[in-house]
Amino acid sequence: MNVLSKIAAAAALVALAACTNPDSLGGDDAVNLNNGVGGTGLASDPTSPAYFQQAIGDRVLFAVDQSTLSDEAQSILSAQAQWLLTNTDYTATIEGHADEQGTREYNLALGARRANAAREFLVSRGVAGSRLKTVSYGKERPIEICSDEGCYAKNRRAVTVLTAGLTG
Amino acid sequence: MMRFLTSLLVGATLLAAPAQAQNQPLRITIDEGIIEPLPLAVPNFVPDGVAATEYATQIAQVVAADLTGSGLFREIPSSAYISQVTSFDAPVQFADWKAINAQALVTGSVSLSGDRLTVRFRLWDVFAGTELGSGLQFAGTTDGWRRMAHKVADAVYSRITGEGGYFDSRVVFVSESGPKDQRRKRLAIMDYDGANVQYLTDSTSIVLAPRFSPTGDRVLYTSYQGGFPRIHILDVGRVEQRVLQSQEGTMSFAPRFSPDGQTVLFSLAQGGNTDLYTMNIASGQSARLTSAPSIETAPSYSPDGSRIVFESDRSGTPQLYIMAASGGEAQRISFGQGRYGTPVWSPRGDLIAFTKQNKGRFHIGVMRTDGSEERLLTASFLDEGPTWSPNGRVIMFTRETQGADGRASLYSVDISGRNLRPVRTPDGGSDPTWSPLLQ
Repeated sequence: MNVLSKIAAAAALVALAACTNPDSLGGDDAVNLNNGVGGTGLASDPTSPAYFQQAIGDRVLFAVDQSTLSDEAQSILSAQAQWLLTNTDYTATIEGHADEQGTREYNLALGARRANAAREFLVSRGVAGSRLKTVSYGKERPIEICSDEGCYAKNRRAVTVLTAGLTG
Repeated sequence: MMRFLTSLLVGATLLAAPAQAQNQPLRITIDEGIIEPLPLAVPNFVPDGVAATEYATQIAQVVAADLTGSGLFREIPSSAYISQVTSFDAPVQFADWKAINAQALVTGSVSLSGDRLTVRFRLWDVFAGTELGSGLQFAGTTDGWRRMAHKVADAVYSRITGEGGYFDSRVVFVSESGPKDQRRKRLAIMDYDGANVQYLTDSTSIVLAPRFSPTGDRVLYTSYQGGFPRIHILDVGRVEQRVLQSQEGTMSFAPRFSPDGQTVLFSLAQGGNTDLYTMNIASGQSARLTSAPSIETAPSYSPDGSRIVFESDRSGTPQLYIMAASGGEAQRISFGQGRYGTPVWSPRGDLIAFTKQNKGRFHIGVMRTDGSEERLLTASFLDEGPTWSPNGRVIMFTRETQGADGRASLYSVDISGRNLRPVRTPDGGSDPTWSPLLQ
């Protein structure tokens, strides 16, 4: 790949990251914790956040009102754990989210449950708890905006957002 | 039923104070249901000079808007008037008002001296041909003209219903703008009717669910400033905020003041589990009230501070529970179909307002504090977050519309379920908290 096409590919990834990871708050205080390092790097590079986000999958989904991890969620989180164990320069904040079917404060608590379920699974696979923070956005940051189950299913999620760690 | 008596009793007792209002002929008794709104005339107040004319007109309009907005009064349009009120002190031409069926008549005067306004008013029982209560006077600077109008309306409401008013009050809410997946939220304050909106925070961080202090001078709310939800306290007068102390690695939200204003009751999520805590605002000393693996959130104190109603999913779905303010055993009070949340104890102590979700619809409802006599007041795709008017007669809440263009806005409804009305705000609005009556 020549330099020009590398730049083009990187730009495309940044654009993709912007589309697929609109969890940012847009505020100054949110830049580090919530944007994380997004999908930077090349998805073909297994040590890149882009690879983590796209090839492994940075999010797991939940059933209505539930915080239990499905088989599919467990396999995604296992792969996330493997990646985190290999790429020790990164820490992560796990963001828990709920769909809009519920009251605001209950959904905050539900999102906290989901984020914690993902975190505990990663810890059980050997990732140091000190590298993993959790935060809940409740129903404040839907990724899909329609009001039916197709959108709700994608909004009930826990997203592992990478941050370049202290050793960066 | 609301009913009004137009007995022709005339006597000296008509000048009695509002506390003895039950002896007065012009009367709305508010209880279970409602009938016809009471016909009311509020002619322009009489200005003491050209400079006061605009205030005199607008004050009368706000008085009329407050009273008709309660759903208990119907305004007779000025086009129907037979006579005009051109002097505050001249005798009222009762026959002219009786002829257009104005049961209540509010007359007033406005005088302006520099930037000082003085507003006087009288309330008349037209069919009895007498004054109801005695004339009152409010004075202040011109920028407070709407408050003076609200105070007149509160006095009229109070004299005719025998209950406290709610018009001279403010609402703090979350102003919302932007699309659903990029929503920007900031705290705002306004008069109860949507006038005089001022913003209290910028929208760089998500802010949620403000709650007024019992004296209306401070507001607690949740903010993501710093990246994680934490409780903030805002001085309304100075528009100064600070974060309350919190424990690293936890999230705190759903804050409410205790009735004495000294303590904050809130939810703290730690390790995925959410429980209720209290913290003394001055000392920072905290206490844990619940320790269950279930979610405990959305608490609300009884007005006497002795009990707490809250939301918990310990039974498998969110339901309402009551426990002592010190914690301990809780009793479930919601037993209807569906899920219950955001309970708020009424300022009178008699009712609990709540959000109910059932069969894909949301409702605002009220029940007695033992869970009996549940009544649903509203129904829509998404109604939530009730807050009580200072007199416990009206509930304001958030209504959000369905779909990709979904938008949140504020509504109010009488506790009878009547008089559902939008509260207009410049942008979208959610999470209202109603102040006590202003002093």
